[in-house]
Amino acid sequence: MSTFDNPFDPNRRLHAGGCSCGRHLSEAEHQAAQLRIQSAIESEQKRYEGVVASAVMRAMFPQDAARRAFLKSVGAATAVAAVSQFFPLKTATEAFAQGGPLEKKDLKVGFIPITCATPIIMAAPMGFYAKNGLNVEVIKTAGWAVIRDKTLNKEYDAAHMLSPMPLAITMGAGSNPIPYTMPAVENINGQAITLSIKHKDKRDPKSWKGFKFAVPFDYSMHNYLLRYYLAEHGLDPDTDVQIRAVPPPEMVANLRADNIDGYLGPDPMNQRAVYDGVGFIHILTKDIWEGHPCCAFAASKEFVTTMPNTYGALLKSIIEATAFAHKAENRKEIANAIAPANYLNQPPIVLEQILTGTFADGLGNIVNQPNRVDFDPFPWQSFAVWIMTQMKRWGQIKGDIDYAGIAAQVYLATDAIRLMKEAGLTPPTATTKSFSVMGKNFDPAKPEDYLASFKIRKAS
Amino acid sequence: MNASLRFRAAVVSIALLAAFFGIWHLATRPTAAATNMSPEYAKLMGLTATQGKSAMPGPLDVGAKLWEHLKQPFYDKGPNDKGLGIQLGYSIARVGLGYLLAVLIAIPLGFLIGMSPLISRALDPFIQVLKPISPLAWMPLALYTIKDSSISAIFVIFICSVWPMLLNTAFGVASVRKEWINVARTLEVGTVRRAFTVILPAAAPTILTGMRISIGIAWLVIVAAEMLVGGTGIGYFVWNEWNNLSITNVIIAILMIGLVGMLLDQILARFTRMVTFPE
Repeated sequence: MSTFDNPFDPNRRLHAGGCSCGRHLSEAEHQAAQLRIQSAIESEQKRYEGVVASAVMRAMFPQDAARRAFLKSVGAATAVAAVSQFFPLKTATEAFAQGGPLEKKDLKVGFIPITCATPIIMAAPMGFYAKNGLNVEVIKTAGWAVIRDKTLNKEYDAAHMLSPMPLAITMGAGSNPIPYTMPAVENINGQAITLSIKHKDKRDPKSWKGFKFAVPFDYSMHNYLLRYYLAEHGLDPDTDVQIRAVPPPEMVANLRADNIDGYLGPDPMNQRAVYDGVGFIHILTKDIWEGHPCCAFAASKEFVTTMPNTYGALLKSIIEATAFAHKAENRKEIANAIAPANYLNQPPIVLEQILTGTFADGLGNIVNQPNRVDFDPFPWQSFAVWIMTQMKRWGQIKGDIDYAGIAAQVYLATDAIRLMKEAGLTPPTATTKSFSVMGKNFDPAKPEDYLASFKIRKAS
Repeated sequence: MNASLRFRAAVVSIALLAAFFGIWHLATRPTAAATNMSPEYAKLMGLTATQGKSAMPGPLDVGAKLWEHLKQPFYDKGPNDKGLGIQLGYSIARVGLGYLLAVLIAIPLGFLIGMSPLISRALDPFIQVLKPISPLAWMPLALYTIKDSSISAIFVIFICSVWPMLLNTAFGVASVRKEWINVARTLEVGTVRRAFTVILPAAAPTILTGMRISIGIAWLVIVAAEMLVGGTGIGYFVWNEWNNLSITNVIIAILMIGLVGMLLDQILARFTRMVTFPE
């Protein structure tokens, strides 16, 4: 259930189907749904209502099946009325839309120059921050560790991070344990496996033994997805291939220099390799796990608690920007807004191909995948649980892990939850959904069983 | 004779430069253009893929881009996009501040070490351990403790320029000719006056040599430090253009770094000549 979908639609498809986004039975139904969503979030007020109502519905019916049964039996209109009975939807929406006086207006937000940061970046040139009364400077930062340190130093009020990072930092994997919060996911999908053009005939992963791969960071979805993909094809990522952590621009340069055979990297570097004629896109990560999270919007816990109104306004800007970026018809405009040197510093045509999903694959074909990258901010706690199973699978963390507890601790700060607390209600303690990765179902309630089901894993 | 030598050297220099540009130009000529690519597909691709343009820019590309930068060196289009002049300004200011701080600490301390064998022996182990540490190794520690990236960068400049200055000052002061000091002592010159009128002028050339070595190291280090902390400066500019895989801009930045480094070195070289004395 996407945060921007209509939560009162009982017929919405929950699993992959036949349309371009995979959520509907056919392309026609997809179009119709898109229209419905657009009209539903026509005005500001309506959009907030959608977000708040979606959070409330999810909280009341954590099980998709139960929600569906309820909606089917009473009808959407009755459901709205019924929900309003015991949850002041209007009040919550108003509180969410207005907020209190801002504690601080001039903010600094750090980002890494990749397309995953799109909502954070575009909110500056397109005026989403200004609309909420904030004067935000988005600052390009040299690396993930620098982002982490600058957020801790309070040079940045909030920052763009990789979604596994707040978990790793909280658990003290690869750094000192420091409680971190992740109020929103930045983007879903949006990565790809790019291979050197000389391997254009080696499309079967079984023939990749001895390859050298790059990923941007050890604690990244890129690393886990690449390892998962290789392992599903019978390759042990620790012994059959080499995987190195390489900064994104060096991925393209190394591919050109023949130092690596391929990478699972963030865009624009996949499309950039195609644009420069040195690589081709083997598979989009959306075809490994449709709707996987990638980057995140993270803020220090102190910022969240000491400046709640500023934080609320900031998050609202991000959610608005994410909603805007979610719409396919805005993507071209966004590509042009974030291409200049001040932001991503890339040729606009490269960003346009990534964001619109109509792109050259490097082998002479023009591919159309509108969902190549999408934007949906809800930090599902089951995402966190999956990430932790993979951290344990590859030996980054050891021993007994309180999956649900850590997930709730880190992926918690949703606005809806905060606003529900302010309204004197008990917020939901778990917001999970099940999904499948390469056709294998993941049940967030049984992470250890899931982990045990993998043949290839690091012996520990 | 001297004029003719200078003239001949200039001719050789220009010939070398021309040969370099010629080879560079030839080496980066486009290769054969890719065939059988549909026009729609070609529109989505870069010049390297469609027209066989070399991934390395040629001298003409670099020249054209350099002219663009020089036409407006001080533009400011937001926090992450500033003109080359502003970036160089930030770097020079950081180097200047860190360097000044180092001068303020290293020269008095160097004097003390040079004049007192006791302090010299006592501080020697510390200096020997601290001197060989790469300045960038201090960066994470500085970021963690100072909690401000731009002060951290200045601190790194300070720490890398302090050692050559300190050691050279100490050496210069310690090796002032004993006769001069004895003469001063015979004339009953006080310690402070002796330091300023006898030792300082005698040690000045060595001290300035140390300062000249320091400014060179500081300028080397600032580029790396700014790549790490980001934000502003010529090092950040290189990193930003590297993200964009714009080798043209990286080459321009390298050229600028070289020119500014030479300028800084020349300024100190002139100071050194001013205080040098014939014995």
